[in-house]
Amino acid sequence: MRVITTNNLGVSFGGNTVLKDINIHIDKGEILSIVGPNGSGKSTLLRTLIGAVVPTSGSVKIASKQIIGYVPQRLNIDETMPMTVHRFLSLPKRQKQQDIDSALQHAGLSDLGRQQLSTLSGGQFQRVLLARALIEKPDLLLLDEATQGLDHSGSADFYRQIERVRQELNCAIMLISHELHTVMRTSDRVICLNRSICCEGAPDVVSVAPEYRLLFGLDDDQMFANYTHHDPETSQQESFV
Amino acid sequence: MLDDFILRAALAGLGVAIAAAPLGCFIIWRRMAFFGDATAHAAILGVALSLTFYIPIFVGVLVVSLLMGITVATMSERGYAMDTLLGVLSHSSLAFGLVAVSFLSGVRIDLMAYLFGDILSVGKMDLGVIWGGAALVLMLIGWRWSALLMSTVNAELACASGISPKREKIILTLSLAIVVAVAIKVVGVLLIAAMLIIPAAAARPFSRTPEIMAIIAAIIGCGGSLAGLKVSFVMDTPTGPTIVCIVALLFGISAFVQYIFRSKPVNI
Repeated sequence: MRVITTNNLGVSFGGNTVLKDINIHIDKGEILSIVGPNGSGKSTLLRTLIGAVVPTSGSVKIASKQIIGYVPQRLNIDETMPMTVHRFLSLPKRQKQQDIDSALQHAGLSDLGRQQLSTLSGGQFQRVLLARALIEKPDLLLLDEATQGLDHSGSADFYRQIERVRQELNCAIMLISHELHTVMRTSDRVICLNRSICCEGAPDVVSVAPEYRLLFGLDDDQMFANYTHHDPETSQQESFV
Repeated sequence: MLDDFILRAALAGLGVAIAAAPLGCFIIWRRMAFFGDATAHAAILGVALSLTFYIPIFVGVLVVSLLMGITVATMSERGYAMDTLLGVLSHSSLAFGLVAVSFLSGVRIDLMAYLFGDILSVGKMDLGVIWGGAALVLMLIGWRWSALLMSTVNAELACASGISPKREKIILTLSLAIVVAVAIKVVGVLLIAAMLIIPAAAARPFSRTPEIMAIIAAIIGCGGSLAGLKVSFVMDTPTGPTIVCIVALLFGISAFVQYIFRSKPVNI
């Protein structure tokens, strides 16, 4: 089932084109990754999908009654606002005590419920944000570099949790990441973005696409781990590598 | 029962303190203290216009305060720095207001009452306006509480949850205009911002959640109003400023307690 579709989506800020002719879609149970260099419009795309940025052209179509979970790249809770982890998980909709407890447990934060958000470490805060996004059982989960500030094992835990969430909730997951190796391993589909879509497809197709390799300057052999010869079309592209 | 002017004054003070508390919290959380100032200063222009066109002060002030809020909101979206913008609008509207009042004959004597409030002359009619306005603000904020809180925490998270931060901002601006309009009689144009911000700031160190902060702010505001009224009666001092002095003392005590018991201060 289609959760979200965009139709020739374009965004510009003050005459500066940030996104152009974006046609993407995502289905239930699918993990779609968006990769691209800094300033390629990845975050703007997610912010347009949630309605925080108004598109200059084109449109975003969201299937009705979809719950969207969103984990932003950065979030500053103003210290003037007192807010416990527990209260934050109940925002904006009040959640049942047991749901909050189990969300905290899944995130490995069981004993932090009463703590103020401003006292959490970067990694703990990131996990709280994910727990909050998951608590309403979203149909679509949007993650903007959600593993930023997590260490290696934290990041691995995070992706395991994403995989588990996909199986349990059968939700669509769209994520932005700079960790290309992990992205190629976890996603069903990858979109390579640089203001417009450069290339898209299954991870093993994208990882050998010339546009992708050019964009990330991959002329050394760091991506060969994901390289598989299985059809003539891909082997032809070897010459670009 | 309402024939006693002290009782009417007390009720007026309580009404303003209760409505100002949750709104003051939002003003602090959103770091828009000067926005409260600007709206309040615009009110004097509202007073001048009301007296010129023979409309109720409440209505004139409400309209001008709302216009101020909307002007600030639109101009800040056009890329003016917020503090510069508020500095310009706040003081120029006060200046225009004072000049406009000077054109009206016979008002000069009353000007002090609008600048610093005249809580002891609150009539039954005023009391009705104050409590009506306070109830309206409490209902607005209570109704939108979750959405307001969410869009204050983070506009994008609010969008993802289907809340429009823009609409919530309008609701805050409207509430602020109403509180300013009803508080003029109690503490006057120059001290309204104090009634909004100081109780909420004093409540912060003792609060674990936003709700608790709003409730403690209301208690501090009410206590300050009643104590200020009593002190001004005993010592024969101007009532509005006395109320603000008492609330400011409570803030001092709060900051002191915070300093004694906790090592890390909260940045307000």
